[in-house]
Amino acid sequence: MTAAVRYDEVEAGTELGERTFPVRRVDLVRYAGASGDFNPIHWNDRTAKAVGLPGVIAHGMFTMAEAVRLVTDWVGDPGAVVEYGTRFSAPVVVPDDDEGAEITVSGVIKEKRGDNQVLVALTVRSGGTRVLARPTVVVRLA
Amino acid sequence: MAINRAFLGRAYPAPEPYEVTRGKIREFAEAVGDPNPLYSDPATARDEGHPDVVAPPTFPIVLGMAGAGRAVTDPELGLDFSMVVHGEQRFRYTRPVRAGDVLDAVTRITDIRSLAGNELITLESEITDPEGAHVVTAVNMLVVRGAADGAGATSEAKEGDA
Repeated sequence: MTAAVRYDEVEAGTELGERTFPVRRVDLVRYAGASGDFNPIHWNDRTAKAVGLPGVIAHGMFTMAEAVRLVTDWVGDPGAVVEYGTRFSAPVVVPDDDEGAEITVSGVIKEKRGDNQVLVALTVRSGGTRVLARPTVVVRLA
Repeated sequence: MAINRAFLGRAYPAPEPYEVTRGKIREFAEAVGDPNPLYSDPATARDEGHPDVVAPPTFPIVLGMAGAGRAVTDPELGLDFSMVVHGEQRFRYTRPVRAGDVLDAVTRITDIRSLAGNELITLESEITDPEGAHVVTAVNMLVVRGAADGAGATSEAKEGDA
């Protein structure tokens, strides 16, 4: 497990940049199949609206999977991730059109820890709203 | 309907070990649109020191779902799955899941409480190898909207910490 980023070369405040990931209905269908989460609020407008949602929403785990790519692409080796967690603060509503929605992710190193580990705080938005609350990744650098 | 508090602390071992294959990892990585070659190319994974391709960090949810599914569908628990949204998710890794793994999982109900008219239930899945060595722990908090006693049938459309 070798990260491509050296612990000595980063400091608290180092930014990881920003990425935008698309999410369309077809992505949710594919994710439902791969993950086994077939909750119909992620693919059926009638069900979503019947339970009081504005429409079909992305799986929180889909959003979480996109968000961590900012970190795994930065370090290269996904095996370097030690902890990853978030609360889900707002739904990513995915309209039934060709564009779908977008998930925008940025990150900054909040803290350097022992054992070459750093804590990365992510900011994850869709349509201008923060959809994850305090998403953090602890990753071990080289 | 409120969640049955008598279920706090209950454990649900997975009925059989989960066999992780290259094909399943590739399928999951494609579903999240992640082209990282460590998820699909064994040679690249070996160059990085892994015995085989590794799984994306959120992949253990697949194993957690198997255990959590058994827990949350128990009719005595009283959980209305149609009102469930995901409130919180955490993973703690000792090492990445990888192809060839045969993994055991035990899911425990570690917390049940009411908050702002919703019911919150926390499920903790501990995933281990055949020798019992820890691989990853997945902590999953679900929100059952409007389920607390005295709450209305529907609440504001909001995922998570309402």
